[in-house]
Amino acid sequence: MTGNPLLEVTGLKTYFYLEDNLVARAVDGVDFTINEGETLAIVGESGSGKSITSLSIMQLVNRPGKIIEGTISLEDDDLLKKSSKQMTKIRGNEIAMIFQEPMTALNPVYTIGNQIIETIKKHKNLSKPAARERAIELLKLVGFPRAKEVMDEYPHQLSGGMRQRAMIAMAISCDPKLLIADEPSTALDVTIQAQVLDLLMEMKERLNMSILLITHDLGVVAEYADRVLVMYGGQIVEETEVESIFEDTKHPYTIGLLNSLPSLDKDVERLGAIKGSVPPAHSFPKGCRFADRCPHAMDQCRESNPELLSIAPNHKVRCYLYEQGGRSNGNRTRTTSKTKI
Amino acid sequence: MAIEQEQLAKQKFEKKQSNEIIMQANQIKKYFPIKGGIFKHTVGHIKAVDDISLSIIKGETLGLVGESGSGKSTLGRVLLRLLEPTEGEVLFEGTDISHLNNRKLRKYRKDMQIVFQDPFASLNSKMSVGELIEEPLLVQTSATKSERKQKSIELLEKVGLRANDRAKYPHEFSGGQRQRISIARALALNPKFIICDEPVSALDVSIQAQVLNLMADLQEEFNLTYLFIAHDLSVVKHISDRVAVMYLGRIAELAPKKLLYSNPLHPYTKALLSSVPSTNVREKREKIKLSGDLPSPANPPSGCAFRTRCPMVHDRCGTERPELNEVENGHYVACHLFD
Ligand SMILES: Nc1ncnc2c1ncn2[C@@H]1O[C@H](COP(=O)(O)OP(=O)(O)OP(=O)(O)O)[C@@H](O)[C@H]1O
Ligand SMILES: Nc1ncnc2c1ncn2[C@@H]1O[C@H](COP(=O)(O)OP(=O)(O)OP(=O)(O)O)[C@@H](O)[C@H]1O
Ligand code: SF4
Ligand code: SF4
Ligand SMILES: [Mg+2]
Ligand SMILES: [Mg+2]
Repeated sequence: MTGNPLLEVTGLKTYFYLEDNLVARAVDGVDFTINEGETLAIVGESGSGKSITSLSIMQLVNRPGKIIEGTISLEDDDLLKKSSKQMTKIRGNEIAMIFQEPMTALNPVYTIGNQIIETIKKHKNLSKPAARERAIELLKLVGFPRAKEVMDEYPHQLSGGMRQRAMIAMAISCDPKLLIADEPSTALDVTIQAQVLDLLMEMKERLNMSILLITHDLGVVAEYADRVLVMYGGQIVEETEVESIFEDTKHPYTIGLLNSLPSLDKDVERLGAIKGSVPPAHSFPKGCRFADRCPHAMDQCRESNPELLSIAPNHKVRCYLYEQGGRSNGNRTRTTSKTKI
Repeated sequence: MAIEQEQLAKQKFEKKQSNEIIMQANQIKKYFPIKGGIFKHTVGHIKAVDDISLSIIKGETLGLVGESGSGKSTLGRVLLRLLEPTEGEVLFEGTDISHLNNRKLRKYRKDMQIVFQDPFASLNSKMSVGELIEEPLLVQTSATKSERKQKSIELLEKVGLRANDRAKYPHEFSGGQRQRISIARALALNPKFIICDEPVSALDVSIQAQVLNLMADLQEEFNLTYLFIAHDLSVVKHISDRVAVMYLGRIAELAPKKLLYSNPLHPYTKALLSSVPSTNVREKREKIKLSGDLPSPANPPSGCAFRTRCPMVHDRCGTERPELNEVENGHYVACHLFD
């Protein structure tokens, strides 16, 4: 189902230079690949660097933020070497993005139709009537039976779910190879969320896109992703296929996250909360960034930060429990440590 | 082990089932006028709450779910008399509070509190944590300065913060900690009834779990009654004893949680439950797809409000409004399929 590497990110660091000489290490050494036709999810708590990772790919990070290191290649072409004019072409044409709150991306003073037509004309050499035809077609595709009327409506006249669908129409208008969806359904109700995400997946199949899906809903990950990156403190702490993130969970943070989750399928008397809270990006601890909250923290964990290492085919973990000479031999899966967390 | 736990849970449930009603709403309506035209005349009404009756049992948690705009917060505000109902009455421990004036209401205010979704917006950023928690004591009681200080320290420790956090300001705390501060403030006057309006929706799951556990502990310790508003069905299932599902200002279904989640009857509840993404990667739930969006509460469909999206819609649904009927013990449904 999934093919060759489409986007490769290596050693990406994006820092924010704040007052008082503080540096927020929002994205701090991130490597991953998105394959053709694949849905890769990024999960993690608020502030873990999910959005800044995707904005870095689009090169939309604003001051005081700056990409300071790394490579981002789309089909072996290094995007960080592009001029800003070249990047403008790539955004929309090759990589498109949709956001959690569509109002941030839709302009309130233009009609939906105008905005889609403008996007099409910016990237494709079409006449205005042809662009209009295409816009109507797209709106029908994303589930507006009365597409022609919606063309003349303003964003505020649409409900949240309808706006998000209009955003999707705009994002796919130029057949991007990669669609980055940053919490596309978080602000929506579950029945509408399902509509929007199903639509996104249908578009992916039809247009043969890859999707980078950012979410903090693990249920969404389970239903829609092929592979998952778990981020914590600006870094990837676990990376694997969707089945094994739930059934062969390794990193203590991921285990904690799953145990925190109330579920429709099981009843628990008490939720397994993770103690404490995420450290701010300008003052990560010296060692493992999860050490203060980790029930397995060892001396070693407070001294140095573990590397993200392969522990099995298609499974990477950043944790000393799984390193040679660590306390565990790799059997510390979710089921065995559940009782302790 | 499992049996023991089950018995324990059963005892707890029976303890809660005192059947003493703390709050009762009778045929509540809350309509907001829509102004229009040059003279700002009332041109219509948003029927945010449209004829709701329910009772809340002392010591229970009643969960309230429904789509955005379905009227959950409005109902909560009417129950607390933060809003006056357009029609109907609200009985708190037997007294009709729905039309009392402010002076008479004061006596009841301290028994009823509310915790909001957004801990960032709901706390005055210019007040220290100590001042925030002590404010209700200052306004509502004759407690002395040192008594107030004592009480705020006690409350901070109860919600898992420290005595020396009194001197700090809200911005120095994380989202989860701010929600703990709001909870401490809500508890200051020893209330009996707390409305929790999406108290964990803005929090990350690991922090959400901390706050949910805390709320469950406090409920047991202080014998609190909760109305818990949320749109996360898993969270509501976890925390509630009974659950009410709202749609467009009305209650579609209300039942003890076990019944509602294992045997949902209303077509809307069924669709809602089937749409929740599951972390079970092996067995996928069959999704019931709803077409269309929530209709405007200014102009709700005639008959059954859900009929424009209902897969089971039939002739009667357009002409007759379904009543909320009890179909089995404690399980209420408003749908013509179950008349
Ligand atoms: N404009 C900014 N100024 C300063 N720091 C910033 C800015 N934007 C982001 N950061 C820093 O980058 C970190 C990562 O932010 P990011 O938005 O990527 O988080 P996220 O994982 O998307 O969180 P959320 O789930 O809340 O969207 C934050 O913790 C913050 O410290
Ligand atoms: N003060 C008000 N004036 C006018 N309309 C209002 C007012 N408060 C609420 N409404 C309307 O009443 C309806 C119900 O709103 P309410 O806030 O109760 O919904 P809710 O179920 O709490 O939604 P959410 O999940 O988004 O919080 C909405 O259509 C809303 O726009
Ligand atoms: S490296 Fe140590 S502190 Fe970090 S997650 Fe692993 S065991 Fe916990
Ligand atoms: S009354 Fe009719 S429209 Fe309403 S839920 Fe029942 S079957 Fe559906
Ligand atoms: Mg984000
Ligand atoms: Mg609300």
